[in-house]
Amino acid sequence: MDAVKVIEIKKSVYESNDREADRLREELRSKGIFLLNLMSSPGSGKTTTLKATINRMKYTHNIGVMEADIDSDVDAIAIAKETGVKSIQLHTGGMCHLDAGMTRQGLDELIDGKVDFAILENVGNLVCPAEFDTGATKNAMILSVPEGDDKPLKYPLMFSICDVVLINKIDVMPYFDFDLEKCKENIKLRNPQAKVIPICAKTGEGVDEFVKWLEEEIRINKG
Amino acid sequence: MHELGVVFHIIDDVTAVGRENNLTGISSVTLQLGKVSTVIPEYLTDCWNWAVKKTDLLKEAELIIEPIEAISFCEDCKTSFDTIENGKTCPNCGSTHTFLQQGNEFMIKEISGS
Ligand SMILES: Nc1nc2c(ncn2[C@@H]2O[C@H](COP(=O)(O)OP(=O)(O)OP(=O)(O)O)[C@@H](O)[C@H]2O)c(=O)[nH]1
Ligand SMILES: [Mg+2]
Ligand SMILES: [Zn+2]
Repeated sequence: MDAVKVIEIKKSVYESNDREADRLREELRSKGIFLLNLMSSPGSGKTTTLKATINRMKYTHNIGVMEADIDSDVDAIAIAKETGVKSIQLHTGGMCHLDAGMTRQGLDELIDGKVDFAILENVGNLVCPAEFDTGATKNAMILSVPEGDDKPLKYPLMFSICDVVLINKIDVMPYFDFDLEKCKENIKLRNPQAKVIPICAKTGEGVDEFVKWLEEEIRINKG
Repeated sequence: MHELGVVFHIIDDVTAVGRENNLTGISSVTLQLGKVSTVIPEYLTDCWNWAVKKTDLLKEAELIIEPIEAISFCEDCKTSFDTIENGKTCPNCGSTHTFLQQGNEFMIKEISGS
């Protein structure tokens, strides 16, 4: 029998995924494809926001959507039905997040030579998706008013990796003790660079500003 | 919260190292896990024991978890303190201008096998 060997590895569990994500991001950039990763708690309004955003941008971009749900395909069907853009369901196999490898597999199915603006609706969760870089060009998250203005303090990692934070459901502000200014301060503490946009996905209020931000980032990615 | 996903990543990484080193069986894998990483050691071990059974190289592998203390640093009074006991507030001066120095690590330290 061979002697037992001890092999030192000393590397972060997330390192292989981070490297795979960087590779994917660079590949997408060289092909002129923009990938948006949208994250939030369950029910914060990801699908509603996407519908409003896509209906404003679908005439000027070739949009494709990947819906990551643990089990169901209702979101993928809703997007296809209400916007008409290509939308596929990604199967996470019970997993609470997507990694760069799963994102790449989804893109292989989604991108048929036409799509230049791909959107990933990540699994509803404020913890796990933040730890796994998907390789997206930009990360966006939604915090909805009923969740409370203290969430940036409780889930610092998620807020620190997002380029834009949408504060959704501002129409219900009168019924909750949500303090928008305090929330913006809490976000700034975690991530001074993040852009914060209050919206109401249901009526479309504020969505134009998000579209403006996206247009600018898409332009920068194309170089 | 994502212990199972993490276990698959570790198995992939460790399998690659085992192959490079011509191991025929890995007997243990040692991780270093910060006390305020989002991973729960008990769940991780459960997922591990379930997942390695499906592999060839790792089916006998024991998971060893070395905890790393969570320590924060106060920018106002320049002292370090235990994060789990005190959270974001410095016990020395009451400031909240503090940041985590260590405790969110999640590292594969080493493997042993033959
Ligand atoms: N009042 C109000 N309700 C909203 C708004 N946006 C979304 N909703 C409602 O919130 C609920 C959840 O919205 P979804 O868009 O399905 O949320 P989601 O984040 O995609 O949910 P999951 O995919 O299940 O995680 C639905 O009933 C929406 O109609 C808003 O701006 N205001
Ligand atoms: Mg949805
Ligand atoms: Zn202090």
